[in-house]
Amino acid sequence: MNAPLLSINNVSKKFGAVVALENVSLHVGAGEFFALLGPSGCGKTTLMRCIAGFESPDAGAIALNGADLSGVPPFRRPVNMMFQSYALFPHLDVFENIAFGLRRQGEAKDAIDARVDELLAMTQLSNHGRRRIDELSGGQKQRVALARALAPRPKMLLLDEPLGALDRKLREETQFQLKEIQRLTQTSFVIVTHDQDEALALADRIAVMRAGRVEQVAGPMEIYDRPATRFVAGFVGETNFIEGRVERNAARGPGAALVSELGRIPCEPGDLPEGAQATLSVRPERIGVAREGDGIAGFVENFVFRGETTLLRVRVAENVVLRAAAGHGERYAIGDSVRLSFPPGAGTLLKDGPSA
Amino acid sequence: MSARRRLSLGQRLVIAAPYLWIAAFFLAPMLLVAKISVSQSVLARPPYRPIFQFSDSLAELWAKALDFTLDSYRALVSDTLYLESYLSSLTIAAVATLITLIVAFPFALAMARAPERLRPILIGLAVAPFWTSFLIRVYAWIALLKDEGLINNALMAVGLISAPLQMYATPGAVVVGIVYSYLPFMLLPIYAALERQDESLREAAADLGASPAQVFLRVTLPLSRESVIAGSLLVFIPAVGEFVIPDLLGGSETLMIGRTLWNDFFSNHDWPAASAAAIALVALLMVPLLLWERARLKEEGGR
Amino acid sequence: MSAAASFARRATLLAGFVFLYAPIVILAAMSFNASRLVSVWGGFSTKWYAALLDNEQLLQSAKISLAAAFVSATIATLLGLLAAVALARFGGFRTRLLFFGAVHAPLVLPEVVLGLALLTCFVALGVGRGFVTLVIGHVTLTMCFTTVAILAALRDCDPTLEEAAMDLGATPPEAFLRVALPRIAPAIVTAFLLAFTLSLDDLVIASFATGPGATTLPMRIYSQVRLGVSPQINAISTLLLALVAVALGLAAAVSYWRGRRK
Repeated sequence: MNAPLLSINNVSKKFGAVVALENVSLHVGAGEFFALLGPSGCGKTTLMRCIAGFESPDAGAIALNGADLSGVPPFRRPVNMMFQSYALFPHLDVFENIAFGLRRQGEAKDAIDARVDELLAMTQLSNHGRRRIDELSGGQKQRVALARALAPRPKMLLLDEPLGALDRKLREETQFQLKEIQRLTQTSFVIVTHDQDEALALADRIAVMRAGRVEQVAGPMEIYDRPATRFVAGFVGETNFIEGRVERNAARGPGAALVSELGRIPCEPGDLPEGAQATLSVRPERIGVAREGDGIAGFVENFVFRGETTLLRVRVAENVVLRAAAGHGERYAIGDSVRLSFPPGAGTLLKDGPSA
Repeated sequence: MSARRRLSLGQRLVIAAPYLWIAAFFLAPMLLVAKISVSQSVLARPPYRPIFQFSDSLAELWAKALDFTLDSYRALVSDTLYLESYLSSLTIAAVATLITLIVAFPFALAMARAPERLRPILIGLAVAPFWTSFLIRVYAWIALLKDEGLINNALMAVGLISAPLQMYATPGAVVVGIVYSYLPFMLLPIYAALERQDESLREAAADLGASPAQVFLRVTLPLSRESVIAGSLLVFIPAVGEFVIPDLLGGSETLMIGRTLWNDFFSNHDWPAASAAAIALVALLMVPLLLWERARLKEEGGR
Repeated sequence: MSAAASFARRATLLAGFVFLYAPIVILAAMSFNASRLVSVWGGFSTKWYAALLDNEQLLQSAKISLAAAFVSATIATLLGLLAAVALARFGGFRTRLLFFGAVHAPLVLPEVVLGLALLTCFVALGVGRGFVTLVIGHVTLTMCFTTVAILAALRDCDPTLEEAAMDLGATPPEAFLRVALPRIAPAIVTAFLLAFTLSLDDLVIASFATGPGATTLPMRIYSQVRLGVSPQINAISTLLLALVAVALGLAAAVSYWRGRRK
């Protein structure tokens, strides 16, 4: 990455006694699709409002293209926002909503008309320019909001839960549109979302936030396959946590392993020392399910048909239930005996204790 | 959102005009009234002897501060006219508020349960008289309530009474006037609360075996409690200090504090007495408001 | 709903509306009574309306009342708009509680107390009472109502719309004028009309605040009413009621028409 477009350095923000952001540092490159992912109340919206200029950090600095943004009011920042509620002006039509930012910049009438038409075409709203906002469907409103925020050619677009108000079917279609528009405009997109699927599907890189802090910044695959903390592993996707002790030497079996009450589970120890307490995070689909053979014995307690897979809840000890995904076509019934196996590299070993 | 923050220059300019107006024409006059209430009464113009003067030196100010008198407040307590006025005002206002509630609740309920497309028309019609002159609406009752008025005439014509009932110039007439004039203040909050109530709550209660009367008593009524309190305060508070209604409908026998105050000011020119009565009235009216506010805060804190 | 409940509902509505409207309708009917007596119908006549036209004093007072209502409602609406913007959009500034309390206090303050306070203030300052002091009194009385009406509308008006405007390059005043103002315009009109009617109707504050040169219409009506029912007062009352009825009818028609267009 060259010099980042947006750099956030050690930003902190408190509301009264509530800490919204604590020492957050992030960098977003030009043309990047970046996601801030976290549960509600994790500070992701506050961070976005700090970038847009609606809140000012108590400490730390935010810079765009190297220029410090502190003290710059929202209307002078080359950053536009797509609001969660869309915040479309109900007294203006679609065309005038999109033209609003261009008119504030005092552009010539012809230029404004051309730019608005271009955006209407890009968002497939060409015949809706003179519609009133309350005549639009949810998906159309979403596209007007996107067009309006893109119209003044911002250096960076902030999107606050952009797909939150859409139903499931429309959401997937819109995900592709968003990605396409981001690719066409070469604008940096920073999206705020609590929906892991959305972040994984859209973003080049994801920052997972929790209680005002950034837990991990990485690409979607790495976040999913190599979560840095127990929180990230639990928040992004489904997983099983198995607690135990690290065994590095191969005295009692091949390679390193985690020794737990379920037995020895082979895994990569990383830099964890011999005997350290650790937690293994294993995704359900990485666990092998078979009716017999090697592996941990258990029985099917319950199952949910998921389409391409069937998610089994398998009781492997008196107080341990693991979730494992069986492939398409494999049928199990409640009470069936199964064997669960852990291929090498199936899980990620996390060093933080069970309480974190 | 820090609790207290400084305003920008532009924001200060916006707030300056209303702030200055309120300071000059509301806060300052109220302070002046408080000051006059501890002055001595003299028959001059202005009919009070000022305790402070703008040119006073500090030493003199201190001497005069010691000189101030609570005579007017003592008179409030010892003068039976004032005591009776306060008591009678509170009684009349309380009775009128209760009757307004009894009239308004079924009316609001009937409107809230009317077909949905009729509701805006009904509530519009119910509130429309509020936009017409208060004075004229009170005046209209004189013609109805007088000895030779329409109600007495009608009752005598059908033979229910042989001699006119005295209704005009009684406390009862004042109560009727208050109920009539302040009905919208009670009607609106109760209607709003009843209209907002989810119909499925009543259906659920009925489904669980509640009779219509039980549904009303156990669901509808408790859910409209706050609006009843709000409406009652909106009627009670202005009714206590009312001047026009007792003056036009109450006759000379009906004492109410607003009227006594007016007479002291305009007829007796006893400004300190009137000022003390005004300050006492404001203090009196603060009591229900503060109680309400406290109950509201408690409820919010409990959530 | 059962038939009995439906009947009870209709009966309640009928009784309620009779109570609300009968006194007004009877007053209007009496203004066309040729007889001076309330209880005797002397035939239909418009002579009391004709007599109004010759009543110079009454006409003069009506002019003063209308002028005072217009000027005071204009000032009160502007001040109320500014106060509402401060209360709805400036967050928790330091003297907010004092400001909030002082703005709303006249709502619950008896009119006699406010009138008395204003008069003592005018006397203490040595200001001669007349049209100007009348307007000052009415602005002080009605400003709390305009503030409440506009504040309610501003609170309903989503502040993220203004944020969106600022995000798109509008300065804060520009964002308010282009986005919030068009949305609260109906409330501003309502606030003005409310202040106008309150001023036109007010007797108590006017009696304290005005001087001999500027006697208002309610003051004239009041001094005549104290002497008993008068046919001329019936006539002018009916005219005022008709004026309000026409205005309310127009407002209802406009809102119906706008609702239909949507």
